[in-house]
Amino acid sequence: MTTGQKPAYELLGLKAREYDDICSRLGREPNYVELAIFSLMWSEHCGYKHSRPLLKNLPTSGERILQGPGENAGIIDIGEGLAIAMKIESHNHPSAIEPFQGAATGIGGIVRDIFAMGARPVACLDPLHFGSLEKARQKFLLDGVVAGVASYGNCMGIPTIGGELHFEDAYEDNCLVNVMCVGMVEHDKILKASASGEGNLIILFGSTTGRDGIGGASILASAEFDETAEEKRPTVQVGDPFTEKKLLEACLEMRDQGLLVGLQDLGAGGLSSSASEMASKGGSGIDMNIAKVPLRESGMEPFEIMISESQERMLACVTPANKAGVMAICAKWDLDATVVGAVTGNGRLRIFDGDEMIGDMPVKALVDEAPTYCITPVRPLHEADVALPDDHYPLPGDLDAALLELLASPNICSRRWVYRQYDHMVQTNNALWPGGEAAVIRIKGSRHGVALVTDGNGRRCYLDPRRGARLVVAEAARNLSCAGARPLAITNCLNFGNPEKGEIYHQFQEAVEGMAEACRELETPVTGGNVSFYNESFGKAIYPNPVVGMMGLVEDTGRIMTHGFKEEGDVVLLLGGGRPAVDGSEYQLRIHGEVDGRIPDVDLNQEKKLQTFVRGAILEGIAKSAHDVSDGGLACCLAESAIESGVGVTVELEAGPRPDVALFGETPELVVVTAAEADLERLERINGAGVLVKRIGRVGGNRIRISAGGKGIIDTPVAEAAQVWRESLEEAVAG
Amino acid sequence: MTASPQTHTGVHAVRFGVVVFPGSNCDADSYDAVSTFAGAEARYLWHKDEELDGLDCVILPGGFSYGDYLRCGAIARFSPIMKAVRRFAEDGGLVIGICNGFQILLEAGLLPGAMHRNEGLRFVCQLVNLRVENAAMPFTHRYDEGQVIQVPIAHMEGNYFIDEAGLSELEANKQIVIRYANESGEITGEANPNGSQGNIAGICNRTSNVFGLMPHPERVCDSLVGGADGRGVFESVIDFVKNR
Amino acid sequence: MKAKVYITPKKGILDPQGVAIERALPALGFEGVGGVRVGKYIELELPDGEGAGEEMDKMCHKLLANPIIEDYRFELVPD
Repeated sequence: MTTGQKPAYELLGLKAREYDDICSRLGREPNYVELAIFSLMWSEHCGYKHSRPLLKNLPTSGERILQGPGENAGIIDIGEGLAIAMKIESHNHPSAIEPFQGAATGIGGIVRDIFAMGARPVACLDPLHFGSLEKARQKFLLDGVVAGVASYGNCMGIPTIGGELHFEDAYEDNCLVNVMCVGMVEHDKILKASASGEGNLIILFGSTTGRDGIGGASILASAEFDETAEEKRPTVQVGDPFTEKKLLEACLEMRDQGLLVGLQDLGAGGLSSSASEMASKGGSGIDMNIAKVPLRESGMEPFEIMISESQERMLACVTPANKAGVMAICAKWDLDATVVGAVTGNGRLRIFDGDEMIGDMPVKALVDEAPTYCITPVRPLHEADVALPDDHYPLPGDLDAALLELLASPNICSRRWVYRQYDHMVQTNNALWPGGEAAVIRIKGSRHGVALVTDGNGRRCYLDPRRGARLVVAEAARNLSCAGARPLAITNCLNFGNPEKGEIYHQFQEAVEGMAEACRELETPVTGGNVSFYNESFGKAIYPNPVVGMMGLVEDTGRIMTHGFKEEGDVVLLLGGGRPAVDGSEYQLRIHGEVDGRIPDVDLNQEKKLQTFVRGAILEGIAKSAHDVSDGGLACCLAESAIESGVGVTVELEAGPRPDVALFGETPELVVVTAAEADLERLERINGAGVLVKRIGRVGGNRIRISAGGKGIIDTPVAEAAQVWRESLEEAVAG
Repeated sequence: MTASPQTHTGVHAVRFGVVVFPGSNCDADSYDAVSTFAGAEARYLWHKDEELDGLDCVILPGGFSYGDYLRCGAIARFSPIMKAVRRFAEDGGLVIGICNGFQILLEAGLLPGAMHRNEGLRFVCQLVNLRVENAAMPFTHRYDEGQVIQVPIAHMEGNYFIDEAGLSELEANKQIVIRYANESGEITGEANPNGSQGNIAGICNRTSNVFGLMPHPERVCDSLVGGADGRGVFESVIDFVKNR
Repeated sequence: MKAKVYITPKKGILDPQGVAIERALPALGFEGVGGVRVGKYIELELPDGEGAGEEMDKMCHKLLANPIIEDYRFELVPD
């Protein structure tokens, strides 16, 4: 079967070996519909061909994990009969083409994953990475992506309460748009994406089906089949948050009335993927009649209907007795709903066009038997074995100026310009608003709360992917601990370049192993996530960037901690034994224009003790502020706490590392806590694990003053620091 | 957190109805906020309902009714319930439209004026300071005139517009209920988050039983999640109804 | 001269606004209406000259329309 010169399978992105494999599983050559479906299910995006073997090493279970990877989202028990559903996903490639719709449909997709589990979405977080803001294209992308997230999330009434914003040249041609959604569900209302019970119905509801996404996310090469009719094949999906809001309410009504055997959203891979996964999970088969699918456009080919990635659609498995109930709810919400298929017991996905069978494939082959590949890893030359010496760079003449420059860095400064565009208050659960260590949402009717954070640091992972990934997990957990929450679980979005290259595969392998180590030690299993490969252009890959979304439990929303200083006279304490380093720091990049060296490794055991201690200090009411030392080092950490409160600080450091390293070097295992003098003894008493505690100064005044070994090295007015920190992102966007 | 049907004094609770349009998304927040007040109860009203039996106050909540496609509130105003809301208002019933609800009241002609897109062309979500201009009406009498309260806004189209004649009429009748202000209650350009004419944040009809405002008082009824300055609006309604 | 620019969603691209309006019309008694597509209309004035059409085309492509999801056409009207 060929089209022009190249065989059809190749145009669909399959290798000759894979085509042979398909033939042998079918016992014949596939027809075009089947080939299109296989190419989709066996694409990297759906089939995890390069990642599956390595992902097996991640810890995925724990006493609180009700659902690990494999469903639409992971589910974590938070007590009182409640659970959290969460998942993070990437929409990098679509956002690079059309930032507004790319980001909007990214939100749409992840939100559907959450309510497909029967959970009501309560929060979104969006880690975003772009190239340098000095370039007009990057501003356009930032503006479009933020507006897209806002448009979709705001309309849905789901607060976007956190995330990340990072600018670095490595993302210039491949921005990263990751979105995480978190939902709340009662244990007995959790839904699964399974189709079971012979004779049960498969109902498609929501939007109509068009040619959206064909030739897009998954079958990159299919456009060439009809390149004359480009107009017929828009690859950009347009989001309709209004329809999705109705879908959400309708699905939750069906859940409450117990009408569903299984529920699945249609995402990448459209009907093909959703139907085969539902059948796979139910151990069943599905007969699907594409003639029943409501279409938006005339003249759609059967294969197009099967692979369309039109948004805002759901697939439900329903008993014949409950059909009327489901249809009534769809009618109430003005949603199209059609019976498009039925569950069988034959383990096959069969496609009919009216009475004619036009496809017949084993579900297992589609879902579980995509080939996997292991590439020989190659360690890139830039990965160094040793860290840079403290005096590697010249000491800046004006350290105050360096501090202000770091506070103005778009990677450190206030993100208000972004979150002001997100309705971050809807649902009235925000116990901690954006801009702090983590976002905290209360659970109505309970003392408990849920803390959420996302973290990624591609630059550090570039220098050492294993250490970088360990650090990312540790930092996310540290952020939660500083807010007073106990970390429970993560979801991950693994953003990498082309895995067929040895160097990228090495980065991926190292990062996954590093993440596994940290998750094991910190007891935060992985509940699912997403792998995004091929983030590269012109042969240049992004920084390897395993992004972590982590949730933690707040026992008592009355004891949430913030990072701003609280009272003049409070003592400033440095907790933990981390030693600052310039390697991979914001200081190194911003002031010296380099990314080089080897980042410090996190001692996970010490990190765990530190975090337990910090949480204890918060729960006991001893800590009055807590802030971890991260981007921009200790100086930026202190400055941020001062800016938040408007109160200054005076700190005296011991003579040690060179002043710039002491101020701006970055390190794991380090947290700044403030406490009243009178509480220091109590703090000592709860430090059973012997975490290193250094008293370094006092809160007060209106300046940030730091000295080392008796010599003043920083003396900056809080007001000046605040102005720079508050205004620079807006200026950079406008400028 | 369910509403109690009876107050401690044994008289009937003040009954709020929260309208749910397809696309409403602050309906639950309004319901939850009202339900926390002693002496109040809330129930949802579907946009296809045509009766408002036994209600004291109808809330048109925030959100994106019908996706806010075409114009904010333009499609919602034709919902069957809006006929009932109009009759209810004409009979002196209390109607409060918050954010999208305000936009719907404008489209429906129950309040004068129209909304433009925010001057900055972006969605704006933040706490703002509001000065209470008229504290002698059913929705605000628990505040003092000139009092500054902190309430969040969250909208893309809150840039209020009315012609000169209309504005004079609003002013003459004390129909401007709240304005965007700075911390000390001064009405300044800097304190105007969306370009609204005269910093107008909320207005009422001539008989002051229909109140529309862009800020979200239902979001600040609990200090755990941002403040309690919005409680006064609902307390005012409850008091007003009880003493009517 | 004056230019009148009409911007519409590309054929086949979902038009959520159009769908919402199409669903609302029957409720008001307008039956049988279909194919609602919501676009934009822009008027602008530009200098007369030979290249005006080409300039307009560039303007549409670069700014006025988003060619990834929108089609445009324009009319040039001499003053």
